[in-house]
Amino acid sequence: MIGNAHTYDKNHINTDEIIPARYLNMDQEKDLAKHAMEDIDEKFIHKVQEGDFVIAGKDFGCGSSREHAVWALRGAGIKAVIAVNFARIFYRNCMNNGFPAIECDDISKKVQSGDKLEIDIKAGKINNLTKNEQYNFKPLPEFALKMIEVGGLMNYITIE
Amino acid sequence: MGKTITEKILAKHSGQENLSPGDLINAEIDVIMCHDVTTTPALDMLKAKGVNKVCDPDKIVVIPDHFIPNKDIKSAEMVAKIRRWVKEQGISKFYDLGKHGVCHAILPEQGHVIPGQIIICGDSHTSTHGALGAFSTGIGSTDLAAALATGKLWFKVPHSMLFTITGSLQKGVYSKDVILDIIRMIGVDGALYKAMEFNGDFIKQLSVEARMTICNMAIEAGGKSGIINPDQKTIDYVKSKTDQDFELIYSDHDAEYEKKYEINVSDLEPIIAFPNLPSNGKKISEIKENIYLDQAYLGSCTNGRLEDLQIAAEILKDNKVNPDTRMIVVPATTEIWKQANKEGLIDIFMDAGATVSTPTCGACLGGHMGILAGGEKCISSTNRNFVGRMGSPKSEVYLASPATVASSAIEGKIADPRKYL
Ligand code: SF4
Repeated sequence: MIGNAHTYDKNHINTDEIIPARYLNMDQEKDLAKHAMEDIDEKFIHKVQEGDFVIAGKDFGCGSSREHAVWALRGAGIKAVIAVNFARIFYRNCMNNGFPAIECDDISKKVQSGDKLEIDIKAGKINNLTKNEQYNFKPLPEFALKMIEVGGLMNYITIE
Repeated sequence: MGKTITEKILAKHSGQENLSPGDLINAEIDVIMCHDVTTTPALDMLKAKGVNKVCDPDKIVVIPDHFIPNKDIKSAEMVAKIRRWVKEQGISKFYDLGKHGVCHAILPEQGHVIPGQIIICGDSHTSTHGALGAFSTGIGSTDLAAALATGKLWFKVPHSMLFTITGSLQKGVYSKDVILDIIRMIGVDGALYKAMEFNGDFIKQLSVEARMTICNMAIEAGGKSGIINPDQKTIDYVKSKTDQDFELIYSDHDAEYEKKYEINVSDLEPIIAFPNLPSNGKKISEIKENIYLDQAYLGSCTNGRLEDLQIAAEILKDNKVNPDTRMIVVPATTEIWKQANKEGLIDIFMDAGATVSTPTCGACLGGHMGILAGGEKCISSTNRNFVGRMGSPKSEVYLASPATVASSAIEGKIADPRKYL
């Protein structure tokens, strides 16, 4: 995967910021995507391109269990979120959608918005093509890789 | 080595003898609760997979609450879809308008929470039900769809943290202040992925409702669940609600905890969590500036139960809400509303100049029925004060106990409830 980074060097970015509750009367990715990250960065949706990544600090996705947060990001074209770590339900929702949530130490300090990144999920490597740097991350658990491969929990349980 | 209540409940539901933190299991679910916002996407997923029948309609409890009564056409369509699905699947535990309320308040009140069970709901505050000794956790819509289809769900067995709480609270200080203080101490990710277990003399003194307030906010410290070992109060509460049999499960004395805290609450003061994190708690005596309020909100799954209304009414009786502040009271369930009415609490609120709404999540999540404008400040008995949580991203939410909400409503600014008691 290759794409540009959108970095929010902040801890505890919550699901109310990723997709505010005023839009929870909708559940289609394309509708939610229009409001992704609206309360933290109004310009996000105009900057993001298909294939990009969101980079953040600790505890990304804390707060409500709304899976709408994952859908809003994916609908906006985001292919993975890389954060220092994630809140539990958000992480679970990512796995269940086969959407990569990658935990990497200090990542929001190392990667600036606009950096071009190449991510190798299986090897646990991020290549910062702009800065010519490499970062390692703890490879995803086998269960998460399987979910990404089959496209999420609903496919997984029908395969099982 | 002994095991925690959480490890034992998860072991029992996955047919294992022994489980340790980190083990990945597939567990049998006892109760699947569905509310309006996260359920409709799950129904679409089931349809897309051609799953026409849920695993077992008796395991399912359906309680639309976020945008109830329907706030607009889109939310009306959501609930209409749920209503059709409930009929088609023969689900009998359906709390539609007239029996409605906040899902986490209705579930135990109507006898659907039994000690030792596994309970899930597509809502983060599902941790509430751990107050009755159940393993109870919030999940997303895909999880919900998978559980509705199979009756099972995957879990990673969490590490447990033990909070031993002793002492007695001063007048005017409540279990809400205790949990706000714990979150202040450990931070909003202090219990990330962990089961937060609470014990100690102080917990034993608390009513079951006040225990729910503590477990409800475990998620605000990042916890996977909050849990309290059952005691006689738990047993009496559950038996008063249902005649279903149950087996009591307890933590062993030599169970292993990742971390242990000992907390004495005897000197605790009222705590107010400042914007924009539940961990921004301040003791009321530390607040030197006047924080003027546009709104005071009493309700939600954290503090919208009968005893919360009784506490607030005691303070508001023969007092008036400040003319520059609007006060909204939202009894959490229809039963609570009726009881509050019988006890004269509704009259006390109305006479004080507050308004009393029908049960709903409403403004707690910035849905409807009391949204804040830019620049407005609200003191609230709810659980989250994130940016834009109750309305405009430029509004501010201060979290507090029902007593502090009531005293602050009277003075039109953040005020100590102790002088009114
Ligand atoms: S009352 Fe508030 S916190 Fe509780 S379930 Fe409803 S929206 Fe969520």
